[in-house]
Amino acid sequence: MSLLEVENLTTYYKLKEGYVRACENVNLKLEKGEALGLVGESASGKTTAALSLVKLLPDNAEVRAGKISIEGRDISRAMEDELRRIRWKEIAIIFQGAMNALNPVRRVGDQIVEALRIHEKMPEKEACLRTAELFEQVEIDPDRVREYPHEFSGGMRQRVMIAMAVACNPKIVIGDEPTTALDVMVQAQVLQLLEKLRRELQMGMILITHDLSVVGETCDRVAVMYAGRIVETGPTEKVFENPAHPYTRALIAAFPNIEGKRYLAQSIPGNPPNLLNPPAGCRFHERCSQIIGPCSEKDPTAVEVSTGHMASCHLLGRL
Amino acid sequence: MDINNRGDEQLELLKVSNLEVHFAARQGFLSSLLNKQPKQVRAVDGLDFSIRKGEILCLAGESGSGKTTTGKAILRLVEPTGGEVCFKGEDVIAFNRQRLRRFRQEAQIIFQDPYESLNPRQTVFSTVAEPLEVNRICKNNEQIEERVIEALTDAGLSNPQELFLRYPHELSGGQRQRLAIAGALVVKPDFIMADEPVSMLDLSIRAGILKLMVDLRDQKGISYLFITHDLSLAWLVSDRIAIMYLGKIVELGSADTVIRQPLHPYTRALVSVIPVLKRVMPSDKKLLQGETPDPVNIPTGCRFHPRCPEAQSRCREEEPLYREVMPGHYGACHFI
Repeated sequence: MSLLEVENLTTYYKLKEGYVRACENVNLKLEKGEALGLVGESASGKTTAALSLVKLLPDNAEVRAGKISIEGRDISRAMEDELRRIRWKEIAIIFQGAMNALNPVRRVGDQIVEALRIHEKMPEKEACLRTAELFEQVEIDPDRVREYPHEFSGGMRQRVMIAMAVACNPKIVIGDEPTTALDVMVQAQVLQLLEKLRRELQMGMILITHDLSVVGETCDRVAVMYAGRIVETGPTEKVFENPAHPYTRALIAAFPNIEGKRYLAQSIPGNPPNLLNPPAGCRFHERCSQIIGPCSEKDPTAVEVSTGHMASCHLLGRL
Repeated sequence: MDINNRGDEQLELLKVSNLEVHFAARQGFLSSLLNKQPKQVRAVDGLDFSIRKGEILCLAGESGSGKTTTGKAILRLVEPTGGEVCFKGEDVIAFNRQRLRRFRQEAQIIFQDPYESLNPRQTVFSTVAEPLEVNRICKNNEQIEERVIEALTDAGLSNPQELFLRYPHELSGGQRQRLAIAGALVVKPDFIMADEPVSMLDLSIRAGILKLMVDLRDQKGISYLFITHDLSLAWLVSDRIAIMYLGKIVELGSADTVIRQPLHPYTRALVSVIPVLKRVMPSDKKLLQGETPDPVNIPTGCRFHPRCPEAQSRCREEEPLYREVMPGHYGACHFI
């Protein structure tokens, strides 16, 4: 039994013009203590997929289908009350803009204490002790609990967000671009911290990012999303060394490798499709350089390339 | 990729010597009542470098290192408080209004975020045509249209006429950045300062924009000051890289040597955290503790010493000289 299992998750956004098919037939699996990277470019549906798990979606979103289970327990039909509990104790989220996620007029420590008192029903004294402990875990001087968010640097604020996310000992932490707005050095520090916490607390982690290297450095498995669908998934090393889908291959080729030769890779021609009216067949076919007959007609099915490494491309079926 | 004729003054397009930009830090009400001297923010604190014709020089460093302020000071969008900037042998600091106006055609900027730097209510045509109209470059509308088409084509936008009446929100991210580049190209500049031109773009679109920048250099001889925090990008496109830390250049050299044989401990740390597509042993990374200090209180001696893994007592007291360590490779550290 996996820690988290997602089957056929489909979420649409309703607009005046119709439905944006942001995320379709997404299947994910996460084991205890495992880190899964969900990569894709902007608007590929990675955040939608992750937020659908805890129904933290805008009002115009509709989760059309999908079964989500945590340790075998189906939560896809959970009501708001239960979701609220799930959101802190089972699935916690670290958001991208740590600058905006903290309340600027309240002391940093109090914001964590409040969360603990509400969700863990802890008495105030105990909650304060726990907050100090959490600060130590994320490597901030516990004496700084009485400071305000503006007194913290960007990296420190992101650490506070991480402390808040792990406050109620969740089973799964979802990081939505947790290092994107940070400096390279701070980014490396934060990634190292996340890795340390994952090991210590045995949490499952889903990292949503557009940065392949973040996945390469920290995740056990990777799922590549394009235009609302997962096109390839598997153990990180396998996918990066032998990418099976043309899109993954192009993405990896576009990544500058300082150990190799200096050359500017070809960019993928065109733009991602409009998801209000996605193209028939494989959603990548309009930009793909190896297009064959069925690409523009039929949806490709996932093919197992090697153990645990799946890709959805018509070319693979032919081999 | 290296330009020959090193040191040939004729080829030097831009020369910056001892450039300084100091700001007065904002004071609290109480300290202003007490008549305290405002503290100085030493954003740029003595830089020396030059850019040759057709060269791409990259300024790299963490946020707060003064990269953008340097770029702005060169174009006099921020007034330098000291030092010299020479453009084609002329002193930029001494330019009067008229000459400055002309200088700002010769030297253009591309900003990081094409979503913010473009006016959402201006069509593609008027965005690109505006610099021509403001500077009265063209005699008639036909000429304007010709130049606009040329700039859009040069920026890699095919079928420019079809785009004329579109608004920025109708374009994709990559197209928007190309539009911003067209706006810079239309006045035929010799020099472009590109401030993080691709950091808002997706990986698959990035390569195209970078390639465009390099192609423009190759075809039109445009020189660039390329500002980025991403060392792998710096290495990919630039001829030389200058690493900045707290308002000073700590190392400068050809792109390959700075990345492959870094001299300064700060560069070595930055290079060790360049993202790669494989699992890196945490011990291989030379993670620096803490973050860049506040430029109001710059540490004594070598400004990097509080974070330097190799700091010794000398570093606390004595500021290292910025000197040529090997031909064309400069550094500022006591132990190189």
